[in-house]
Amino acid sequence: MRSDARPPLALTLAAAAGLLFLHLPIVLIFLYAFTIEERTYQFPPPGYTLQWFAVTWNRPDVWPPLYLSLRVAAVATALALVLGTLAAGAMARTRFFGREQISLLIILPIALPGIITGMSLRSAYAMMEIPFSTLTIVLGHATFCIVIVYNNAVARLRRLSGNLVEASADLGANGFQTFRHVILPNLGSALLAGGMLAFALSFDEVIVTTFTAGQQSTLPIWMLNELVRPRQRPVTNVVAIVVFATTFFPILLAYYLTRGGSETAGSGK
Amino acid sequence: MSMTPAVEFQSVARHFGTVRAVDGVDLTVAEGEFFAMLGPSGSGKTTCLRLISGFERPTAGSIRIFGQDVSRVPPHRRNVNTVFQDYALFPHLTVRENVAYGLMVKGVDRRTRMARADEMLALVKLPDYGDRRPGQLSGGQRQRVALARALVNEPRVLLLDEPLGALDLKLREAMQDELKALQRRLGITFVFVTHDQSEALSMADRLAVFNDGRVAQVGTPAEVYNTPRTRFVAGFVGSSNILPPAFSTALGGPAAWVSLRPESVRLVPWDRSVHRGAVRDLRFLGAGTRVQIDMPQGELAALVPAGLPLPAPGDSVGIVLAPNALHPMEGEA
Amino acid sequence: MTAAPTAAAAPAPAARAPAVLPDRGPGDRLSRTFWRRPGLLTALLIAPPLLWLGVVYLGSLAALLAQSFFSIDPFSGLTVREFTLATYAELLKPANLDIILRTVTMAAAVTAGCALIGFPVAYFAARYARGRWKALFYLGILLPLWSSYLVKVYAWKLILAKEGIVSWAVEGIGASAILNAVLALPVIGGNSLSTSYLGTWIVFVYVWLPYMILPMQAALERVPVSLLEASADLGATRWQTFRTVVLPLAMPGVAAGSIFTFSLTLGDYIIPQIVGTSARFIGLMVYQLQGTAGNIPLAAAFAVVPIVIMLVYLWLAKRRGAFDAL
Repeated sequence: MRSDARPPLALTLAAAAGLLFLHLPIVLIFLYAFTIEERTYQFPPPGYTLQWFAVTWNRPDVWPPLYLSLRVAAVATALALVLGTLAAGAMARTRFFGREQISLLIILPIALPGIITGMSLRSAYAMMEIPFSTLTIVLGHATFCIVIVYNNAVARLRRLSGNLVEASADLGANGFQTFRHVILPNLGSALLAGGMLAFALSFDEVIVTTFTAGQQSTLPIWMLNELVRPRQRPVTNVVAIVVFATTFFPILLAYYLTRGGSETAGSGK
Repeated sequence: MSMTPAVEFQSVARHFGTVRAVDGVDLTVAEGEFFAMLGPSGSGKTTCLRLISGFERPTAGSIRIFGQDVSRVPPHRRNVNTVFQDYALFPHLTVRENVAYGLMVKGVDRRTRMARADEMLALVKLPDYGDRRPGQLSGGQRQRVALARALVNEPRVLLLDEPLGALDLKLREAMQDELKALQRRLGITFVFVTHDQSEALSMADRLAVFNDGRVAQVGTPAEVYNTPRTRFVAGFVGSSNILPPAFSTALGGPAAWVSLRPESVRLVPWDRSVHRGAVRDLRFLGAGTRVQIDMPQGELAALVPAGLPLPAPGDSVGIVLAPNALHPMEGEA
Repeated sequence: MTAAPTAAAAPAPAARAPAVLPDRGPGDRLSRTFWRRPGLLTALLIAPPLLWLGVVYLGSLAALLAQSFFSIDPFSGLTVREFTLATYAELLKPANLDIILRTVTMAAAVTAGCALIGFPVAYFAARYARGRWKALFYLGILLPLWSSYLVKVYAWKLILAKEGIVSWAVEGIGASAILNAVLALPVIGGNSLSTSYLGTWIVFVYVWLPYMILPMQAALERVPVSLLEASADLGATRWQTFRTVVLPLAMPGVAAGSIFTFSLTLGDYIIPQIVGTSARFIGLMVYQLQGTAGNIPLAAAFAVVPIVIMLVYLWLAKRRGAFDAL
């Protein structure tokens, strides 16, 4: 639907208000990271300082959760890249019996609310008496990251006309050469985008993680604790900025990597 | 030169579920031949091409390329190359790298393969385009690149899938001449698929006309044009009159379905012939005018070459047929 | 075979290479096998992800279901691994039914809020935005969709705080009386926005809004402009066209978006913890029961509720064609 007519003023205002509503709250997070008031969220802030960045840097309780989050996100993304790409490869190749069911199964972990994935894993760990560890977190994260990689890869594979693969074979390349010289270069940016999104999703995931982490803290769990029982509030803001930036730039990159196709990254979180 | 055919189909069938895309085809393409597979869409010609390249495997029958059974040979081990309908150039490679691709996967060193690619680009008259991307080329240029990319491998058979289909008329005519010249010069067997009968007739040494997954007729362009074997061939190739047995006998022909080329029908004043009709319609075609005539047995088309006098609609005319103009065809009477 | 020295000298005619080339190594042999049996490669590709999802995900879902049929020993606090319906009987106690009803009501209210606020954005993006603006709109919806959930919730804690920006703004424009009147309303009101259902609702709407806008926009993009012109041509006013053409055609998008907003609200346990009354929601019950209370069977039974509700919801949505807009 495209129209050359000028939009009605009321619609323009409502749309602008909607977009502002989506973005303004984030700006406040940044603002409060510089306030000199550490006990309340007084607005406007009585004064500004850069000290909280140094304070955060020196807080020993911030670093282990950050490392854990990075580790979990890296491993989950790696697993999701392998499994999601394999699934996309199979699904884009041919129609086969049970294809629809498998596609549903891949999507299910993000189609159902996170609490179900979390509680299910929690139930399974309890039944099998598996102790909580980094691995138990990774299991959950990789499961819902598969679909992110899958969505990106399968869209690109569909666009990569079957003819290119045939042309490669026609010119004498075997399956492995075709994968290396034709499929991978064309799929690369889609996989990078999928990996970025998976990383971002895993890095700030909290709903599933609380059920699978036990006593360990990822950065979002650390933040959640600060939200419920705040100590130095601006420190939480600094961490929030870090979390925001760690997810923001991969998302932006993913968008630019896949722009222009029907498969623009992230349209299906 | 050996007598082994370049491509040989023996009772080849390819079924997709209940669809019989190719249904018992026997074909022989001689070495060095420019062979056309002509037919409407869905007639099985493209599937036959894919059977030669190896992208389809026959449900039944056998295919030989230069005498070797290829039923167990995948596409990448057949010394056969294809110019795809949409060219299928690799978008992530430069034009030169595209052309050198086949040599790269064969393990030819970089310097040699780039040099060979440049030679090939010169051969298809794109000497300065090596560093561009396929996306920066016009349709005609892409087609030449696709051709170079296939020919650099020195295939025993070159397959062309509707190679000129995406080009505009002028370019298409120029490319027809060029392809033909290239094929003569290289001596490589060309098999090309087209739905354009004039293209097939003008370029091919021999052609096969496909219908419903079967070969309706194989022969030289002249044979197929002048003596179509079935009503389908007569209708698809050229613009023949296809006349039922009663019409044929009325014109002094055999009691069978016959084809009659419009250019074999000469118009004379109505009292000079026993076969008469009324002009219904005229259609100007440039090199001649097609005249539709209502005869007692039905409708008939005649082609009056440019420069000769034309009747007016409603005129009564007589017709005279060239000797042996009525060509009987197979099929139910 | 030697390379031709010049372009003019074409490769020598085809008396040379064989028509069929031998395999070069294991790569070729394997490729040949896959070519002859295409199903084999598909099976090899799909096996690892299928195994993972089958074992980890479906296995866990089965464990969830199994746990919900176990019960907890009231004395030892340990899970009794015997089939019983006692846990579900407990789930259906009035206090718990209240929680379910409250959660579903909130999910419905959030869905309605998202649709109302999101529609102008989706409509504008689909119909009027183009070029750079189009990309900007798209990013403007995409970035909040993907940016950190927790950061977004945290932002609202700042906004709704007693001494925060909302109070400041309301005082600044002298609208305290209006805010107080709203907060004095029964049920949705409360002491402050951050301790009322209204506050919870606002945060939910904020967090899930992009999930509603994107499918609505996708549905609206598919409405051909000629349809609107046809309607205008037939004498409809702008409002009539909107009501009789645009809205009905946007409905599948709304339904698709509502699947997300509804489902996500049903399962959330963090927002009600941070902003709102102390009243419980399904998600919060699951969280507390499996954690501090250590009652995994009842937690599992509570987690089954959103699944059942969503299955019914999906079934209804499917009948209205919501999946076409996904």
